[in-house]
Amino acid sequence: MGMKKKRWERRHLVELFMKAIMLVSLFLVAGALGLILWTIISRGLPALNLDMVTQTPKGGFYMGREGGVLNAIIGSIYLAIGGTMLAIAFSLPITLYLKAYLGDSKWGDYIRLSLDVLWGIPSIVYGAFGFTLMIAVGLRASLLAGIIVLALVELPIMARAMDEVIRRMPVDLEHAALALGSTKFEVAVRVVVRQMLPGIVTSVLLAFGRGIGDAASVLFTAGYTDRIVTSLMRPTASLPLAVFFQLGSPYPEVQQRGYASALILTIIVLAVSLSSRWISARLNKYTVK
Amino acid sequence: MDPHVQVKNLNVYYGKQQALKDVNIEIPKKQITVIMGPSGCGKTTLLKTFNRFLELTDGAQLTGEVLVDGENIYDRDVDVTEVRKVVGLLAQRPSPLPMSIYDNVVYGMHIHKMKRDRREYKAAVKHYLEIAGLWEEVQKRMHDPATSLSIGQQQRLCLARGLAVEPEIILGDEPTSALDPISSQNIEARLIELKQQYTTVIVTHTLRQAKRLADYVIYMYMGEVVEAGPASEVFNNPQHKRTRAYLEGLF
Amino acid sequence: MSETISLKVETQSDGRSIRPSSVARARQDQTAKRTFFIVTLLPVILIVMITIALFLRALPILNAHPFTQLLFGDVWKPSAGLFGFKPFILGTVWVTAVGVLLAVPPSLLVAIYLAEYAHTMTRSVAKPILDLLAAIPPVVYGVWGLLAIVPFVQGVLAPLSDRWLDSIPLFAINQPTGFGILAAGIVLAVMIAPLIISVVYEVFSTVPNELRNASLAVGATRWQTIRRIVLPQILPGIIAAIVLAASRAFGETIAVLIVVGNVANIPTSIFDSAYPLPALIANNYGDMMSIPLYDAALLGAALILLVVILIFNVISTLVLQRLKRRSWA
Repeated sequence: MGMKKKRWERRHLVELFMKAIMLVSLFLVAGALGLILWTIISRGLPALNLDMVTQTPKGGFYMGREGGVLNAIIGSIYLAIGGTMLAIAFSLPITLYLKAYLGDSKWGDYIRLSLDVLWGIPSIVYGAFGFTLMIAVGLRASLLAGIIVLALVELPIMARAMDEVIRRMPVDLEHAALALGSTKFEVAVRVVVRQMLPGIVTSVLLAFGRGIGDAASVLFTAGYTDRIVTSLMRPTASLPLAVFFQLGSPYPEVQQRGYASALILTIIVLAVSLSSRWISARLNKYTVK
Repeated sequence: MDPHVQVKNLNVYYGKQQALKDVNIEIPKKQITVIMGPSGCGKTTLLKTFNRFLELTDGAQLTGEVLVDGENIYDRDVDVTEVRKVVGLLAQRPSPLPMSIYDNVVYGMHIHKMKRDRREYKAAVKHYLEIAGLWEEVQKRMHDPATSLSIGQQQRLCLARGLAVEPEIILGDEPTSALDPISSQNIEARLIELKQQYTTVIVTHTLRQAKRLADYVIYMYMGEVVEAGPASEVFNNPQHKRTRAYLEGLF
Repeated sequence: MSETISLKVETQSDGRSIRPSSVARARQDQTAKRTFFIVTLLPVILIVMITIALFLRALPILNAHPFTQLLFGDVWKPSAGLFGFKPFILGTVWVTAVGVLLAVPPSLLVAIYLAEYAHTMTRSVAKPILDLLAAIPPVVYGVWGLLAIVPFVQGVLAPLSDRWLDSIPLFAINQPTGFGILAAGIVLAVMIAPLIISVVYEVFSTVPNELRNASLAVGATRWQTIRRIVLPQILPGIIAAIVLAASRAFGETIAVLIVVGNVANIPTSIFDSAYPLPALIANNYGDMMSIPLYDAALLGAALILLVVILIFNVISTLVLQRLKRRSWA
């Protein structure tokens, strides 16, 4: 009976062709990641040395003399930690409110819409907005201004990511806690947060990674300096801008260090991304499935 | 017996869990075979092996053979789409495609380019809607969306859609479980009519439906076939104590 | 569901035989609710605030020059008081268009593959790859573009185009550097691909499996099922995903700035240099307080970006939300 494959039938050829170009596309995308990493590592590694991560720029650094980008590394870590903390302070209440009171209602969707729209606003616009705020309140380019603007950049990323995980929380668990006589607030804080800890940690690290790599927003607001920042009100260097400025230099040695700085930034960001996977995998053991 | 489907040494695993254990059965031609058993016994899994729907489940593994007219449908050079053309399926819940009533029936025929022109397609649509007992109700609204039909009508539409690609075997996975009693009766009546031309295999969890429909019965328990045979023998004189317990309603 | 539960809390606080602690707890619940409510409005307030702030700061230039003259003026010479945005707007459009055109076909194919064909194993390998691509900072993309893509355009694509496509103006080589729209477009394409893939993948997963099975059961191939059943259902979602990605490309600053050449001309070929709006803002923020109206012009550029992106985002997000909430027959 005729169940043998009719290989040359048109639809089977189309199937084969589509599958082939899908696989090619998949390798193209994976290959792009490989290519990026390979380029950054192979060009950044030669100029990477201990001085790069332990020294601040010394005299003549921007003409190729000794020094490093410790000021930018420290500055970026301060900026990203500050911005992330501030973003947590706002996104956690937002997501909990969405979960506890709005759920999948129309209002919940409006808030989600506004978060998605905020997510879509480019960081250069956040930078420009931060700049207008700074003029309005008389704040100069500083660590504080950078932190505030980074918090704005990170807020929607973090809040939406948290919302996605908290929404997926099993309803039974929430009901069980309510049945035991907890108020909604207690449910939110005790049960939801504990149960969703892995997801929340992942969201926070996702936003942190995005924050530490963002250049356009801190360009306006955090300034740049060769010293390690010591006060919230002083300008600070940041790693993305260190890369950017060094690239623009006419001296090959400085450009090389730009590549090395890009490698440092990439390593930090990938480490954050990978550790968030690892942490959430570890924490997942302690939650109810 | 003239077997249409033969199952030989069939084992199915979902990951590490074994869902079917060494199944060996034969399904007679142009009769209604009913597979019954308590839930989770593997009856739907067995049904899914007949039209190779099992491979849509991630992590499902299969060993053994399923022969349709003596041809193993799991052979390497067998075309899975041809298998599914020969072995039609009526799903648990009616699943009309998001298109008009007419387009639903014509869908499979288009896929296989079975007719030459519009006129032939139209005639075929009418023919299969008549067989499914739906023509009278829908002939004036062929271009309404299929979802505008009642759930019972939808299931008959799905029957017409399945028959339109001219299968030889019809599988039914609890095809009436989502329907009201009158619609269920309607579908059952169709299936009995159709057994003149088609080999039919139905999974059911209600004993009464099994008794109404079955010419041949397969009783399964925990992934194994406990007993298989002509309906009159199995219902009146079960050989196995598990079957007897099930028939007496101990489950 | 949420309403019945809040009712329960109220009856508790109104009830007579309730222990003091539960009254206090109910009150705590109310306070928390109020505070959280205000915080929850923050995203909406923020959008309004950003728009108003930029508008107010851009007002001087809108007052000084007619709006159409700003949008369609060819000449940008702040020191002479000339602020024509046309080259920058067109630069942004060209770069975005090339980036989206390059990104969409492979991204759609990958999304379809992951949603419809791939095993769980393949998916669990693909996800971290896409996550990493999305995690790489823009400035690193810029460095990659500078080191790999610009030389590739200059050394490979431009000579090829020069040889085979020379007569077509769209592919003409008008400058030899490799910096330009194509280089920026390639970098952007890689940057927005993970976004398109993940949104389209989600859109595919809104289609219930029963529909796929109904089609497969009559002997359709996978691709026939996708093309005839799945794709027509989610076409709006796919378009929304592309619009979303386009708006992301529209506002991308640093990565584009590094490879696009930053020459304020009106592009005619994908090998031309361009000067997109975000690059304009980022390159000149340092001088903007020194020339009259310059700051208003640059913040006006930010306002243009914002308005376009707001429109794109609101529309596409609404479409996607509706698709996700859709009840299937």
